[in-house]
Amino acid sequence: MRVSALPRFWAFIVPIVSVVVALLIASVIIIMIGKSPIEAYTILLKGAFGSSSAIANTIVKTTPLILTGLAVGFGFRAGVFNIGAEGQMVMGALMATLVAINLGSVPPFIAITITLLVGMLAGAGWAAIAGYLKAKTGAHEVVTTIMLNWIATYLSSYMVQVPLAVGSGTPKSPEIAPSTKLPELLTVGAINMNAGIIVSIIAAILLYIILEKTTMGYEVKAAGFNPYAAEYGGISLSKNITMSMAISGALAGLAGAIELTGVHYRFLGTLSGGKGFDGISIALIGQNNPIGIIFAALLMGALRTGSNEMQFAGIPKHIVMIIQGIVIFLVAADRIVRTSMIIMDKKERIAQETKRFVKRAVILSIIIIVSMFLSKEGLWSFLGKFGYYVGKVFWVIELVSLLSLMIVVALYIISAVISLGMVYSRRKKVKS
Amino acid sequence: MSYEDYAVVMKGIVKRFPSVLANDHVDLFVKKGEIHAIVGENGAGKSTLMNQLYGLLKPDEGEIYIFGKKVDLKGPKDAIANGIGMVHQHFMLVDNLTVAENVVLGSETTKSGFLFDLNEARKKVKELSEKYGLLVDVDAKIEDIPVGMQQRVEILKTLYRGAEILIFDEPTAVLTPQETEELFDVMRRLKEAGKTMIFISHKLNEVMEISDNITVMRLGKVTANLKTSETNEVEIARAMVGREVVLRIEKPPHKPKEVVFETEDLWVKDNRGLDAVKGVSLKVRAGEIVGIAGVAGNGQTELVEAITGLRKIEKGKITLLGQDATGYDPRRLRDMGVAHIPEDRLKHGLIVQYPAYYNMILGQQWWYPYSNRGFLNHQVIYETTKKLFEEYDVRPRDINMFGGNFSGGNQQKLVVAREINAKPKFMVVAQPTRGLDVGAIEFIHKTLLKMREQDVAILLISMELEEIFSLSDRILVMYEGEIMGEVRPEETTVEEVGLMMAGKKLEEVRS
Amino acid sequence: MKVLEALLSIFINPQFYKIALTASTPLIFASLGGVFSEITGVTNIALEGIMLLGAFTSIVFTFYTGSAWFGILMAVLVGIGFSWLHAWASIKWLGNQIVVGTALILIAQGITGFLMKPIFGRPGQTDFIGRINDISIPGLRNVPFLGEAIGEINPLVIIAFVSVFVSWFIIYKTTLGLRMRSVGENPEAADTLGINVYKIRYFGVLMSGVLASLGGAFLSVGETGNFKELMSGGRGFIALAAMILGNWNPIGAMLASLLFGASEAYANLLQSSKLIEVPASVKPLFNMVPFIVTLIVISGFIGKTRPPAADGVPYEKAE
Repeated sequence: MRVSALPRFWAFIVPIVSVVVALLIASVIIIMIGKSPIEAYTILLKGAFGSSSAIANTIVKTTPLILTGLAVGFGFRAGVFNIGAEGQMVMGALMATLVAINLGSVPPFIAITITLLVGMLAGAGWAAIAGYLKAKTGAHEVVTTIMLNWIATYLSSYMVQVPLAVGSGTPKSPEIAPSTKLPELLTVGAINMNAGIIVSIIAAILLYIILEKTTMGYEVKAAGFNPYAAEYGGISLSKNITMSMAISGALAGLAGAIELTGVHYRFLGTLSGGKGFDGISIALIGQNNPIGIIFAALLMGALRTGSNEMQFAGIPKHIVMIIQGIVIFLVAADRIVRTSMIIMDKKERIAQETKRFVKRAVILSIIIIVSMFLSKEGLWSFLGKFGYYVGKVFWVIELVSLLSLMIVVALYIISAVISLGMVYSRRKKVKS
Repeated sequence: MSYEDYAVVMKGIVKRFPSVLANDHVDLFVKKGEIHAIVGENGAGKSTLMNQLYGLLKPDEGEIYIFGKKVDLKGPKDAIANGIGMVHQHFMLVDNLTVAENVVLGSETTKSGFLFDLNEARKKVKELSEKYGLLVDVDAKIEDIPVGMQQRVEILKTLYRGAEILIFDEPTAVLTPQETEELFDVMRRLKEAGKTMIFISHKLNEVMEISDNITVMRLGKVTANLKTSETNEVEIARAMVGREVVLRIEKPPHKPKEVVFETEDLWVKDNRGLDAVKGVSLKVRAGEIVGIAGVAGNGQTELVEAITGLRKIEKGKITLLGQDATGYDPRRLRDMGVAHIPEDRLKHGLIVQYPAYYNMILGQQWWYPYSNRGFLNHQVIYETTKKLFEEYDVRPRDINMFGGNFSGGNQQKLVVAREINAKPKFMVVAQPTRGLDVGAIEFIHKTLLKMREQDVAILLISMELEEIFSLSDRILVMYEGEIMGEVRPEETTVEEVGLMMAGKKLEEVRS
Repeated sequence: MKVLEALLSIFINPQFYKIALTASTPLIFASLGGVFSEITGVTNIALEGIMLLGAFTSIVFTFYTGSAWFGILMAVLVGIGFSWLHAWASIKWLGNQIVVGTALILIAQGITGFLMKPIFGRPGQTDFIGRINDISIPGLRNVPFLGEAIGEINPLVIIAFVSVFVSWFIIYKTTLGLRMRSVGENPEAADTLGINVYKIRYFGVLMSGVLASLGGAFLSVGETGNFKELMSGGRGFIALAAMILGNWNPIGAMLASLLFGASEAYANLLQSSKLIEVPASVKPLFNMVPFIVTLIVISGFIGKTRPPAADGVPYEKAE
């Protein structure tokens, strides 16, 4: 088996291209429902970064995403696919709530520490069930964690409907004790930016140190790469799987506890809202690298915040899910992206590839213009009702070729930038 | 020029891989009805050449003629249509299907087009097996039949497809000397029936016995075309490695000391839950190499895994340095001084995605000074790796290169260096030279003998009888999970060991 | 005693069998889909997403055309298209099959949620759109017990059971089935015999699209007649568990699906049992039953069944 020896930045090229392609595909979907993608993305950007309160909101949204991204990413490094961050987050928040509503008489610093620890423990315990089952019986963690997700969901909705229920309207728990609330860093308008972001970033740095500098990290990664060799090298697989799942779950549980103590102050049954699943795309975009994950989470947090604004403009926020799905798809099948990258490191290649690119672009443009004309309303009306569909077909052709053109252009630009970078770095090496 | 008299002609074949030139203008002429041997070391390009003849690979340059007709083989399908059949080294059989199903797979007997006609398949396979004397049980599942029979199924597969030219890729590697004789009988019968055969091997005695003509390859090129009746092993060997080879290495006398490792009535199960090791008892002394001979798949793998803590011990006892070590995990065993050169370096021995310096501490990563209070000491790790790279001549000298990017021989050197650097008291060495070239084999053999002189206890498991004979102080022969007997290399013969490998107890052999 | 009576009385309630059949049907379809895909060596955890898309598509086309059968036809076509994405990424491009599956689940959830408003004018849930009516079986309707249980039955339920036997027949009695099994077990061996591994795997994955999509369609046009967001509710994963428990055999998968369906029906009926007072407050907990049963069964039985040897391993021709 050959391992790619490409420069390090290559690792992030695939996720970056994937995000670009996903945004392009999503823009076509937006056109299809009759909206303007440019307007949509402008709203999204404004919603995420347009004002100080928007930025604060984005950071608040990013906080738990860093942690769920770390949870999934750490799992990937250890060779387990923790698709259950969702349930672990819920369990973390739920248990933290049970403790936090009773910590009124404890000084804040201790109370917060206890609450967050309980959240971590609960998440760790919930994930460790799946880890233990995998280690003991070989039950695949994807199936077991999904089952645990559903159990957690129903359990939490039961908890807020019955034992913890207060007030009327949306089911919710009582508010947690004031001493357990995370301190606010700053308040912008209606948005309180809590100290959770600091906790998340510290967690990312700690995880980076564990993975890269410690013996434990060495063993976790070894087991993830090649379990047989790891076992041969004195690493207990069953211990490692359970422990990795527990650490992964602890991070997700911490995310739940921070949401509780920093944002909602009470347990709502639907607290997680897909943040666990977001962790998967974040981990993949961040290439399971803790520092990369911080940036990937920021991207996803911005998408989440901005998409709320898009919702007001009539674009369902599910578009974010579609974007995420496409990104995960392309990162998982990364050869699709890698194969479509063109390295133009020699003069002949530049000419050759540019010629091919221009040819493609021209053909696609012609198709677009022709089908634009052919899809004009009323053009096919002599065919009656059938004509309406003919027009629609050309409209779809137009959109698809427009999309292809955009992707071709994007790939060419990105390839050109990479090629330049490679040539440049090679020159530098030669000089030194 | 006409190639009418030849079953196979390959002219000017060139095949390039990203890192090597696997075939460099190779010419091959195989006459109708002969057994033609192709010999060469691992990596000489034999398999690549044959994969092109079988349509699995496409030549970059060159032409192929079958029975005088130029062909363009786009895939195995074309090769089969041209009457070529291949008996692969690693059997290409589907474990959970029956013998009959395996034989007809891909060109099934059918009823009304799409229904599979199992009865017809069974009948045809039976007829075929009787015609050529290839005994098989048509209804048995592949996973339940012995290796020898699996090979016969492979041969039947080619005959069922009407093969006139059969390629045998290292067919004897998994057989006992006696099973090898049986295979040769089958091959002679096939020759009588007019079939042409290509026999790939690196075992010279076998080539001398069965072939009519020999093509020798080295580093992707043909170095000799010989007529078997007019040549000898020395000449072939010279063409194979490009220099005179010392067929055996010097083993200085050395007196073994106290018993380091001992098993008593050891029972181990395989992956399917069947008994693979049945009551093995053995002792290894300090400064002694104990060799375990046997055909692959007779419980050696399971024995090694049990000894090194990778597999559960069902029954029995392991004593290490006078201490009961039954059921210890690999970590604990390593702490006690056990090292292990695994038979499959890519599965067990290396983490291909880790750089060399991380691979150099695998299995020792928790030891001081590599690990200090839970943190890795990268500086020490780099320096140790650099030192060992020099000492063991691992190439290239790039400690940042990923484990997977080294060549097979250098990967093995890396593993050997690491295990010896652990300063073991007991070493389990499984198939240490599989797939290596002569130079690397010599190096590893010398290293093992040096360890013996330093009073390390060594258990050597190998399928290569020659290796066992030249290194071991004592030889144990394993068959179906049991020890058939213990002999000393200087007091026994290959035939005697061969009979034990085929399941005869030492007493039976000698009586 | 009363508790025991309540627990047992469910088994003599014909409603139990009716509900169990209904609950099992989508699982049977989806787990058959899983069998087709995995027996050729491609793990398909996207079943959940394909089901959801199937449920959605069938409702959309029922909404536009008024014909639920046409809706089902379109669901099947969309299922094929969607599973083709899985096949393309994981067979041609050797992607990580589990991660690709996860991506497809997200895309399915995203698309169905996204299109709710543009098509139906409101998010979340549609009104009743239309469903395939139950047919009554003349001979059975008046038989005392059976009549109540299966006297009136949805045609899709019958199709599900027919599919089980057709699948079994294809897999174990035809040349195609023999080739499918060989490709899932040892693709290299099949390849050397001139069998096109990629084509066979594509076939397996596309079949899983057809079947899982039918399972999804049953949820909407077979059962409720409307569509809700995320209505597949984890059934795709329970179907995977059923496939494992059924040892990758269509009949086994059907039996396991029946078991899971029965557990759901049992929990349902226990909530409304008149013999014991189930406090209203505890009832939400009963929803957890199918998931807990699946979790226990999957951990208890795994390892005792044997997956195809090359399951989940991308096949790359040797160079």
